[in-house]
Amino acid sequence: MSVPTTILPSRLVRGSREWGAWKRALPKLTPLLLAAPLLAYMVVFYAVPVVLMLLRSLNDPNWSLDHYVGLPGDTVFLRTFWITLSTSFVVTLSTLVLGYPVALALSRARSSAPLILILILLPLWTSVLVRSYAWMVLLGRHGLINEALLALGLLERPTRLLNTTLATEIAMTHILLPYMILPIANALRQVDPSLARAAAGLGATPWGIFRQVILPQSMPGVAAGVLLVFVLALGSYITPALVGDSREITLSMLIAQQVDQLNWAYAASLSAVLLATALGLIAVAQRLPGVGNAFRMNLR
Amino acid sequence: MSEPRGILDSPEEKSRGRGASVSLSDLEKSYAGVAAVAGVSLDIRSGEFLTLLGPSGSGKTTTLMMIAGFQAPTSGDITIDGASVVATPPYRRNIGMVFQNYALFPHLTVAENIGFPLKQRGVSKQERTRLVGEALELVHLPGYGGRYPDQLSGGQQQRVALARAIVFKPRLLLMDEPLGALDKQLRENLQLEMRRLHAELSITFILVTHDQDEALTMSDRIAVMNDGSVAQVGRPEDLYDRPCNRFVAGFIGESNFLPAAVRGVESDVVVAECDGVLMRAVSSVRPASGTKVTLATRPERLRFADRPVESGLGVNRMSVTVSEAVFAGERCRYLLKTEGGTSMVLKEASSAAVRRRAVGERVEIAWSVADTIVV
Repeated sequence: MSVPTTILPSRLVRGSREWGAWKRALPKLTPLLLAAPLLAYMVVFYAVPVVLMLLRSLNDPNWSLDHYVGLPGDTVFLRTFWITLSTSFVVTLSTLVLGYPVALALSRARSSAPLILILILLPLWTSVLVRSYAWMVLLGRHGLINEALLALGLLERPTRLLNTTLATEIAMTHILLPYMILPIANALRQVDPSLARAAAGLGATPWGIFRQVILPQSMPGVAAGVLLVFVLALGSYITPALVGDSREITLSMLIAQQVDQLNWAYAASLSAVLLATALGLIAVAQRLPGVGNAFRMNLR
Repeated sequence: MSEPRGILDSPEEKSRGRGASVSLSDLEKSYAGVAAVAGVSLDIRSGEFLTLLGPSGSGKTTTLMMIAGFQAPTSGDITIDGASVVATPPYRRNIGMVFQNYALFPHLTVAENIGFPLKQRGVSKQERTRLVGEALELVHLPGYGGRYPDQLSGGQQQRVALARAIVFKPRLLLMDEPLGALDKQLRENLQLEMRRLHAELSITFILVTHDQDEALTMSDRIAVMNDGSVAQVGRPEDLYDRPCNRFVAGFIGESNFLPAAVRGVESDVVVAECDGVLMRAVSSVRPASGTKVTLATRPERLRFADRPVESGLGVNRMSVTVSEAVFAGERCRYLLKTEGGTSMVLKEASSAAVRRRAVGERVEIAWSVADTIVV
């Protein structure tokens, strides 16, 4: 890396001691310099607003911990927090159960792998809003699912599917599925295929190979997928707001509601709880062996 | 298992012979119409150490994979102890297998890796611990049971892989380039270990390698493979001294090839003319007079013959020019040119007492008829 000498202090001429020091320091600084634009952007547009929001929960109207002290006894908050956690849990579990076989298929596929990958990623390229509206159409009182169940004679009159917690869980499972599939497929792809062979040669049945060799080695991917989906589910707003139960609201909906009513400090304290929950989960997961590695996406 | 039994056999078990006999008949495997293995027939005896030796692409690994059951033959049959196993899935063949990349399970400890085949067979935990300990002793790694594979060196990993492949007392052990990833010293060490294990276990070993030294030092018999079929099967010394064709003569050890024309046959010796010199060579076939043949000799079996001490029927002689002389420590290597322009190599054990030949010098060389083969 050469620096035009004209814009540098006069002492910094080629060959001088200062020049040498600069030349040695530059390679170490390169990663930082490359990341600097994004870093600056994140500080200005993310870190600063987050800090301001956190401050607001502490100093509005005057410095106190009142907004937090009240939370453990706040039944609305507790109910909402519980719904948020349980919904996230159900969504995580269902994406895991539905996603693992797909991840396995993706990792095993050869020529059809790009097609499977596109089918998984396609929904990701569609707006969450559009996909949530699509679920409203499907789950509505006269939606496709109700009509189909009626036609099959399984229902006598349309049942309420839309605006239930179940609807939130179904729609969010669909929306978050790729985040479960991709880390697991990535982990499975890194399992040496000769290990399955070796296991078969040593007497393991196909099921035995899966259970004793493949599954344990995919656990870092599973942990990464679970973490990703759970954290994303915790904070999702659009889907529960559109298809969820308006009485059984999630934390993100409560925050939005409070902001609408200009209860900024209360909304800020709720946001802090949500953020702390997500960060806490990430901190715990990072300590699990191998999970940190699983975040290295490797989509060949 | 009713009574505690070890990996090694009791004397009467040993005398009965525990090794499986394997028979390949007209074995073929083709991928999209291209034959990787084109008709291999081979009988491997009980307790034998047989090596499939050949260059890459010769079909040796494919043959091994078919015996293990990881690949299905396109046609032909594989029998183990007389029973066809073609339809048997690999996990029911009861064959030990060692891979080049070790294929140890990274999420299991050394002891769990070795205990894996026992667990699949429903061996009790207590029995497993005992056999794993015995296996670790056998490969000289006692006390390593609690480690993970990535905490071991390459040589240690391969020992663990070996232990894992023999702990369940298979009657047949397959090894696919097991020492390929190790450095020379370690390789030679493990070669001796594997010979010892073969002697102690008295089971059938089938080894795949492209390394002729490995094949020569370890095997009871070698099957040299080329282009998907077996070029020659025999004991190492048979293959070295009596290669049946030019490929085998060139692949195992180094050979000098002299073009010659047959002039006659005297009992089991062929008389052929090369650059105007009559030579004698042993041959399994009796070619007609005038046939063009190639005579093969080994570089270390040629010697300089300054004085015409020995001549007669037992020795071939030729006069050549030294075109290159290389001192390589334990031996000197000379590149020679015959009068007809054919290049030959002569290797002479080095000694301070022996005069080294200069480039350009004209010399007489001689070698035994017994070391001359028609290929």
